Amino acid sequence: MNPIAEECIALIAKQKSISPGQIRLDSTLEELSLDSLDRVSIAFDLEEKYDIEIPEEKLGQIKTVNDMVTGIEEAVRQKSAKPSATA
Amino acid sequence: MTRVVITGAGCMTPIGQDVASFAENLFTGRSGIREMMDRPPELHFSRTGTVEDFRQAEWLTASQRPIADRTSAFAIAATRQAVSQSGLVAAYSGDSIAVIFGCSTGGRTTEEQEYRKLYTTGGRIHPLTVPRVMASAGTSLVSMEHGCTGPAFTLTTACASGTHAIGLAFHLVRSDAARAALTGAHEAPLTYAFLKGWDSLHVVSPTACRPFAADRDGMTLGEGAAVFAIEALESAVARGAEILGEIVGFGMSSDAHHITQPNPAGPAAAMLRAIEDGHATPDEVGYINAHGTGTDVNDRVEAEAMHRVFGERARTLSISSTKGLHGHAIGASGAMELLATVLALRRNLLPANAGLAETGVDPALGLDRVLLANEPASPGLALSSSFAFGGLNAVLAVRRFEG
Repeated sequence: MNPIAEECIALIAKQKSISPGQIRLDSTLEELSLDSLDRVSIAFDLEEKYDIEIPEEKLGQIKTVNDMVTGIEEAVRQKSAKPSATA
Repeated sequence: MTRVVITGAGCMTPIGQDVASFAENLFTGRSGIREMMDRPPELHFSRTGTVEDFRQAEWLTASQRPIADRTSAFAIAATRQAVSQSGLVAAYSGDSIAVIFGCSTGGRTTEEQEYRKLYTTGGRIHPLTVPRVMASAGTSLVSMEHGCTGPAFTLTTACASGTHAIGLAFHLVRSDAARAALTGAHEAPLTYAFLKGWDSLHVVSPTACRPFAADRDGMTLGEGAAVFAIEALESAVARGAEILGEIVGFGMSSDAHHITQPNPAGPAAAMLRAIEDGHATPDEVGYINAHGTGTDVNDRVEAEAMHRVFGERARTLSISSTKGLHGHAIGASGAMELLATVLALRRNLLPANAGLAETGVDPALGLDRVLLANEPASPGLALSSSFAFGGLNAVLAVRRFEG
């Protein structure tokens, strides 16, 4: 499993006080009982960790753990593609 | 009229993290005021009443942990003790239990931590900041934990918040608007910016608070919570609950005078109204747990108010402030002091006013019986007073439960 997926699963496990083993990539956020406050908290932690911003409209589209992982991967890609201000 | 009794109490204070240790330290005069662990060097004072080694994570459930600031955690911990002692939650339907807390300063620990990030590094604000910071979070979390769906709110009247909250809860139960209530107050105000704010006001003691002492030099800030389970006497007796004390009266007033300077007319009116609300007379009052902050002005004005209410009797009335032990926990003080008052009545032992050993009571106050030591006594009626900045006054009148 890639490190971003591992990070997402670890954060969900921490937020819901469950074992990471109970979380699959195809688990839905609903199955994991992640309410809206849980979702914004996890999104915040991921934004902090990867120094990215997840657009508001993308947040609402995340239904599964896998959606979360691909969303983060995309944001990280976009960030590294952006020319740095000092370059 | 419905009589209202206390059937459970809990606390999280600088002198005890349960009622038994609070009582032990109260009556042995062991103060919880100590040198701050991480004292900001530029402050003019170095001591606070801190709830040391508070095991916040252990008191909170997994779902409470991310959303509870220190102030709400105090409320949760103290309430759990009161509920456990009283058995009140199991005895009533959730919709007949009110939850009414006082909290003046909200979730400052979270607020300052997040704002510091924002102002210094332009960092992001955590999305749980708002629910953690709101002053009413303690009430919400407690009502969620215990399934209390009756009237629930937090009120804020600075240093009188707890006394106002308990008084209103008492009135709700007395008027049958609620059958029972969880009520008290919680505060966690010992944060850097807030301490700096108090420092600038020049009312904090550079030594330690000594209420009513001739050499008093200010207040000492504290933190914590005290919570009570209260209910109608008839139901408490019917279910065989142990009765810790009876709340008989509640009086309120506003000085309508000044945002920090008190005026004796306001405190005097609140004391009189509490006595009248309890269908009693000033002559019945045998003990006052005073607001007694240890500032020059408060103690002078409070003494003057006592003279107005009790006349010559003020001189011989047993009085103590317990702030020299637990510090001034802003809105939570009144709740801690009601706990001290209820314990005093139950044990027939009035607690000493800590801090008078050096110079004794200020003779200018005309209060000859501020207690230098614990006093064995069984007063018929006791008052617990809170007089807040901005002139908002609240006083509870309580009796030992005699059946």
